[in-house]
Amino acid sequence: MSLPLPESVDAVIELLAAENYVCDRQLATALFLSLKLKRPLFLEGAPGVGKTELAKTLARALNTQLLRVQCYEGLDVAQTAYEWNVARQMIEIRLAEAVHEADRETLSRKLYSREMMIERPLLQALTQTRSPVLLIDELDRADEPFDAFLLEVLAENQLTIPEYGTVVAAEPPITLITSNRTREIHDALKRRCLYHWVGFPTVERELDIVRLKAPGASERLYRQVVEFVQRMRTLDLFKSPGVAETIDWTNALVALNTLQLDPASVQDTLGVLLKHQDDLVKMQNGDTAKLLDELRAKALL
Amino acid sequence: MIADNIVHFARVLRGAGMAIGPDRVLAALAAVELVGLQRREDVHAALSAVMLERHEQQPLFDAAFDTFWRDPKLLEQMMYLLLPKISGRGDKQRPPRANRLAEALSVPKAPEPPNPANQTAKEEVQFDTHFTFSDRERLQKADFETMTTAEYELAKKLAEAMPLPVEPVRRRRHEAASSARDGGRLDLRATLQRMARQPHTLTPLYTRPREELPGLVVLLDISGSMDRYSRLMLHYVHGLMRRALRVHTLTFGTRLTNISRCLKERDPDVALKLADEQVQDWKGGTRIASSLEEFNRLWARRLLGANAALLLVTDGLDRDEHGDLSAAAAQLHRLAHRVVWLNPLLRYEGFQAKASGVRALLPHVDRFLPVHNLASLADLGAALRSAPVAPHSLLH
Repeated sequence: MSLPLPESVDAVIELLAAENYVCDRQLATALFLSLKLKRPLFLEGAPGVGKTELAKTLARALNTQLLRVQCYEGLDVAQTAYEWNVARQMIEIRLAEAVHEADRETLSRKLYSREMMIERPLLQALTQTRSPVLLIDELDRADEPFDAFLLEVLAENQLTIPEYGTVVAAEPPITLITSNRTREIHDALKRRCLYHWVGFPTVERELDIVRLKAPGASERLYRQVVEFVQRMRTLDLFKSPGVAETIDWTNALVALNTLQLDPASVQDTLGVLLKHQDDLVKMQNGDTAKLLDELRAKALL
Repeated sequence: MIADNIVHFARVLRGAGMAIGPDRVLAALAAVELVGLQRREDVHAALSAVMLERHEQQPLFDAAFDTFWRDPKLLEQMMYLLLPKISGRGDKQRPPRANRLAEALSVPKAPEPPNPANQTAKEEVQFDTHFTFSDRERLQKADFETMTTAEYELAKKLAEAMPLPVEPVRRRRHEAASSARDGGRLDLRATLQRMARQPHTLTPLYTRPREELPGLVVLLDISGSMDRYSRLMLHYVHGLMRRALRVHTLTFGTRLTNISRCLKERDPDVALKLADEQVQDWKGGTRIASSLEEFNRLWARRLLGANAALLLVTDGLDRDEHGDLSAAAAQLHRLAHRVVWLNPLLRYEGFQAKASGVRALLPHVDRFLPVHNLASLADLGAALRSAPVAPHSLLH
């Protein structure tokens, strides 16, 4: 059973908006093409700009299963694709010995049949009756051998298991790969995907996002928060705050009943926005005051 | 008509150094067909999704797209003008290999007597260091000599045998092993396969964590006081890259430049020539602190993943009044798995860390390799083989 896919870029934007995901037209176009051309979508960008969230939202919007591979160093076939159920295989061998079954051919077929296999996300993604969303999250955290292992799944939607044969997907998964760029992913893998760099949103779009994701603040506070964070991203910080941080910060300010930004409230909640000591010190040494002055000059404060 | 235009556009981008194969052209055609031609931004988004490979290519792509949308002919002329700057992957001009070729063709000569000029050079080293740094930016070329045959042979031999500045690290990926020692695990899958083949026997098979050399990032000081070592260090780094290490190289003087792609070239002379063209600030001043800060901010997270080590090659003589060298070095130390500092100026009896730059850097390195009078790759090899100096022992 194939999924009802959106028919235009506008339809993609609407589909995601219905699930509270605000997305710009460029990202929507890349996603639309990925759905239509049946190619994986490779999303790169700073942490906290909504890459993983997109996959989750898409699965919800299309009402299909989300299969997730969280990457880390040393990830291998047993953890991501399939594993042989060795305990069951042992019993099978023991039984064969007990009844003196001599036919090795039959035994080996039984040992390496589908029932003896434990399916992990990658194999599951190929065996569903309804196309799932396959999220390969933070691929840059896995090591290079894993990139190479993914090539077959991504390009052919199939997986070759030496003892068993090739599993080909009847309903190919919708694959999204995310990376924070802590290493360069090999070109061979990127070539099989569509590429999109997820940047920080514009002021208006970030306002839309914050209104949806952090309800309860006044319009004035939303604007102050977004303008403040957008200005922070232009400073030479070690880690600029992402959209996720803006949402967290707004929630924190609402929880503290803050009506508008002032030096004290910013000071108290800065840890929500910045996670590096050097950045915190830099902001405390005058940058906070400077940014607040700028907001005042724009008559936002 | 659209097809022609897209093929033409792809060809122009390819000329500008982007790797766009026929598969991407086909995908681009399909993509444009799907999004339609009604909206310019959709076509832009569709083509960039298909043709881009990394974020850095976006500005070039955008400029090309804007111009192409207006006038394809104009674009071609503009790209032609842009070409010398972005010839990273396009046709490279190969510099002549004059020295090696000439030597190979000439009659062998008797070895020359030692040159007295070399000995005076030794005494001058100390003198040099005091007067050659400045924080003025001078844009300058290095003009490396091409290698002689002897140098080439030696470099090749050393690159293979030279000790590395880093030690292997234990990975979380496992490989087959004969016994369960060293954190090994039972490999059930392989054991079972063996059992299926030979019933009534049980031969357990094991795995162990793989050990491999970590990636290496080389930060190379190319300011005036380090000038005489640049060529040598580049040859060493080039040799390392030939040994299947993941090596990234950045040079710094008054600005930070990534020359990893230049050094990927197999021929050392060509590689150095390309690096020479890429780097703008040879023999200029030094801004160690701001260079390290910039590296931490822009590159560290991209290059120092997976336990990569950092090899810092500098004399530690800084004239950067604005930067905080100690803070930058401390941050670098936290980001890198190991920091190895190779200082080509210091190794003599009674050395004391007096220069403020040296004092600021020393607490934040794991291994200190001082080399006095580094004249050849052989000296460097000897220094790497010698017992390491504990950085803290030099701080009184």
